[in-house]
Amino acid sequence: MTKQDYYTITKKDGVATIWLDQKGEKVNKVGPEVVGLFEDLADSLENDPEVKAAVLISKKKDFIAGADIDSFLEVKKPGDWKPITQKGHQILDRMANSKIPVVAAIHGAALGAGLEIALACAGRVASSDPSTKMAFPEVQLGILPGGAGTQRAPRLVGLQKALDMMLTGRNIFSVPAKKMGLVDELVHPSKLHQAASKLALRIAEGKFKRKRKQKLLDKFLDGTALGRSIVIRTARKKTQAMTKGNYPAVPRIIDCVETGLKKGMKVGLEAEATKFEELLLTKASRALISLFFGMTDKKKNPYSDKAKKIDYLAMVGAGFMGAGITEVSITKDIDVLLKDIKDETITSAKKLIWKSLKKKVRRKALRKTQAEEIMGNVKGQLDYSDFDNVDIIIEAVFEAVGLKQKVLAECEAVTHDKCIFASNTSALPIGKIAAKAKRPELVIGMHYFSPVPKMPLLEIVKTPKTADWVVASCFELGIRQGKTCIVVNDAPGFYTTRILAAFMNEALLMLEEGADALQLDSAMKKWGFPVGPITLMDEVGIDVGAHIAKGDITEAFMQREGAKSTDVMVKLFEAGFHGRKNKKGFFQYDSKTGKKKRGQINNEVYQFFGGSSRKKLEDEYIQNRLGFTMINEAVRCLEDGVLESAQDGDIGAVFGLGFPPFTGGPFLHLDTIGADKAVAILNSLKEKYGARFNPCNLLQEKAKSGEKFRNF
Amino acid sequence: MSKNIVFIDGCRTPFLRSGGAYIDLMSYQLGQFAIKGLLLKTGIDPKEIDSVVMGTVISNVQTSNVAREAALTAGIPYSTPCQTVSQACISANRAISNGIMEIMSGQAEVVVAGGVENTSDSPIGYKKAMRKKLFKAQKLKGMGDSLKFLFSLRPGDFLPDRPRVAEYSTNRTMGQDCEILVSNLKVNREEQDAFAARSHQLAAKAMEKGHLQEEMCEVSLPPKFKSIKKDNGIRPDTNEEKLARLRPAFDKKYGSLTAGNSSFLTDGGAAVLIMTEEKAKSLGLKPKAKIVDFVFTGQSLEDELLLGPTYATSRILKKTGMSLSDFDVIEFHEAFAGQIMANLNALASDEFARKKLGREIAVGKMPMEKFNLWGGSLSIGHPFGATGARLVTTTANRLIKEKGRYGLLAACAAGAHGHAMILENIS
Repeated sequence: MTKQDYYTITKKDGVATIWLDQKGEKVNKVGPEVVGLFEDLADSLENDPEVKAAVLISKKKDFIAGADIDSFLEVKKPGDWKPITQKGHQILDRMANSKIPVVAAIHGAALGAGLEIALACAGRVASSDPSTKMAFPEVQLGILPGGAGTQRAPRLVGLQKALDMMLTGRNIFSVPAKKMGLVDELVHPSKLHQAASKLALRIAEGKFKRKRKQKLLDKFLDGTALGRSIVIRTARKKTQAMTKGNYPAVPRIIDCVETGLKKGMKVGLEAEATKFEELLLTKASRALISLFFGMTDKKKNPYSDKAKKIDYLAMVGAGFMGAGITEVSITKDIDVLLKDIKDETITSAKKLIWKSLKKKVRRKALRKTQAEEIMGNVKGQLDYSDFDNVDIIIEAVFEAVGLKQKVLAECEAVTHDKCIFASNTSALPIGKIAAKAKRPELVIGMHYFSPVPKMPLLEIVKTPKTADWVVASCFELGIRQGKTCIVVNDAPGFYTTRILAAFMNEALLMLEEGADALQLDSAMKKWGFPVGPITLMDEVGIDVGAHIAKGDITEAFMQREGAKSTDVMVKLFEAGFHGRKNKKGFFQYDSKTGKKKRGQINNEVYQFFGGSSRKKLEDEYIQNRLGFTMINEAVRCLEDGVLESAQDGDIGAVFGLGFPPFTGGPFLHLDTIGADKAVAILNSLKEKYGARFNPCNLLQEKAKSGEKFRNF
Repeated sequence: MSKNIVFIDGCRTPFLRSGGAYIDLMSYQLGQFAIKGLLLKTGIDPKEIDSVVMGTVISNVQTSNVAREAALTAGIPYSTPCQTVSQACISANRAISNGIMEIMSGQAEVVVAGGVENTSDSPIGYKKAMRKKLFKAQKLKGMGDSLKFLFSLRPGDFLPDRPRVAEYSTNRTMGQDCEILVSNLKVNREEQDAFAARSHQLAAKAMEKGHLQEEMCEVSLPPKFKSIKKDNGIRPDTNEEKLARLRPAFDKKYGSLTAGNSSFLTDGGAAVLIMTEEKAKSLGLKPKAKIVDFVFTGQSLEDELLLGPTYATSRILKKTGMSLSDFDVIEFHEAFAGQIMANLNALASDEFARKKLGREIAVGKMPMEKFNLWGGSLSIGHPFGATGARLVTTTANRLIKEKGRYGLLAACAAGAHGHAMILENIS
């Protein structure tokens, strides 16, 4: 790559403008080969008598989208990357200390390395456009901001704000960015270049002074040694509690920031360069990067040529799921007929959506009129009127085959003959729902996860009869709704519910054997799940659990050799335990607020599991027994052809069920630890508990051949 | 007409008495709901719409081209031009007619037309004297000027100037004008009350049968999202005895018009979708009616303010060579029961026909069994800018329900205008 392939320079009225425009790419990225292109930039600006100040601006719709992540995969051993970081530091340092002040003009995304380049500039002007956002997403890839971000960010916006940005990776939009001092000025995109030029000249003339308004408390916490040590200590404690030490990037980010603040920038940068490379070589980082690529990959529709555009949707069932699916649709300009049997349900669905829209209005991410327009895209109704106009129907009615078949029949009577019928069932086989359909080729499963606006996964379930264009169109719809889609084949429980059911069943069996519910939760959280199985059962609902226990998945499980299941969920449900829904479940709930009492098990429940005396187990034993039940089942899904690829299995488990993200998913985890080790664990469990722990054939094959599941 | 133009469907919000649930809205939002409802009902891709024309009477300065705001928020793309028209109570008729003319002249193939009125949000301003002071105040300089301005203000300046529903030239309210009309055309109080009662009873029946529901979209407003599905002006228990007890509202001494036999202030929006017949075919849309013809008329402001339906009916019959007996469905806008009865008397009068309409004999006696069978503005309500679109939709829907062929609709308007349109059932 030459300089011209990355940037060009124009000069006018004493201001040199560096126009970023990486050749052959949609966005500007920073990779090892890019760093060198800026090596003599500061020198050439300083040596040009015409130039008094400079502006760094992008010709693309984003400023700089971040680092070139592909290049991270090349790093295999210590020393592969550290020199690159150090060279980057050197060049940014040179720019920061240049006699010619450079001002970054930010429009669109300035992420990771992009933001770090902007931070090394003498000033920053951002466009007020909603697309303008700044963030340090490195932590999500298991690494840290390696372009002096851990040093410059706390110095510019203060320790608290900088840590928040770096530890969460969240986006900072233009208005808050200005407020926190991340940028110096906000202007309309049309005035961005002009404003940046002017700021650059003012800095060159020494007329610009950055003022920071801070509350007294923040001045103490950010500005004094004592305050900072409190902030750092709190950050360590809080993040350790959340990550259980599974994400090495988190403490290292705090380390770098602390080192820099205590020992000066130079030492801080050295720490940053060292730790960046260390992190890059961790399994966690590699796993998180694989998820990033997987997610990017799943945002592209492999069947796009067959897809029909969906602009008009009918949602049957306005409960929590129905409301969520409606929200992610109407915000993407898809019209929705929201049908239910009760007006009140529709009203609460609308209230729920409005609450979420109002939050966006408050954050200035939406104008009020836009929120009203979005709200206008949904029409509530109790009948099937206008269903003849819609492209797709998604049903989220009560989970009963008979009812779903009835809804399908009623819909078929009123829709045109190209209208897709999607079921948002979490467990019922789509083939059964479609059994009496007049047009089974139009029937498909769209399994969303609750809460829909937050959960990124959509599991699309096709039957042998589902038409290709139907799959393609639903994939396209899912992408439009902001979802990461996997396509799986129809079978009891599909993929996600099936592996979850196996996992939950095992957790219940352990309770019956006398395990402590709280320990099951805490062990699995340590293993990396965001919530433990017992909490999850209360959240999802014991009614749902009971339903699954009576359903096709359990039936399928029971046909296997040595299978063991428990009907305790059914008994609990019949005894009136529904979980959080009716404040009666595994946990205790506050009688007034209805909130779950943390860490307090409802002892009544233990009566169903042989009394309240519980025995302490090894965490690792719990993790192996539950974790490998799920992993074994996942491999079985690939063996059965429910899953079409191991990558789908990883994406589905992580984004749908919260399978520990730092492992990259069950299949990448197997590749990391070795299938033979998994087989050994399962075999030892089998000895104790019988054939249900039989490692599945595919797993045994891989263990024998040493082949990997993922080509990553 | 030179092109076959068809009516696909219409949609309106529930009509609510002024000061009701729409009080927090601006009028464009009522237009938004009506247009969005129409789009969802017909399933047409908003990109197909070439033009939007909306009528309104009390316009809001902030949204002076209310058609644009309504269309944009309803999801019609910004590339579709929008215009707002005003012709008092026939503003929506004017909007639809302008749409027809755009299609005929080749400017558009597909038009959304209708109107809005939010009388609950009428822009209340200051009187002329205060407006003048405020206008000058924009150029104030320095403390001295400001003080001078402050001392120039009088308590009376702060009195709000409400827009009055009155003729600007004659300074008479419409009620007063209607009083003149009923005296001249010999309509008594009992006839008016009987007609008003009929309107409410028929509307109540139509509501019960779901006919009115079919014209409507549900409205539900944040933050409570209570579903509004019905017009709230219809009083099924209205009868002549009850109405007879009311006092005259406009002429306390000799008058016969009461609040009960006059239309009430109403908020609402309505829209219709029209296009060429070929376009409907190519889009796979099933038209409900063909637009046969339309006319506008103007009358004397002195004593014929509300006689528009008579003049317009007479003219459109002449123009098309049709007679009253050709119609299976007739829909007149009911501003006042007195205005309807006066028009019916005028239409039936040979003398009026000779003197005013240039006809040998009367247009004819109104066949009441075909007339406003689903109620009218007296009962359903009359959002000035929107009523016209309701009339067109109701006429078309009635033609289908009653299996008729031709439908006639007519309306009067302030400014002494009249309008009539003929639809043909092609469903």
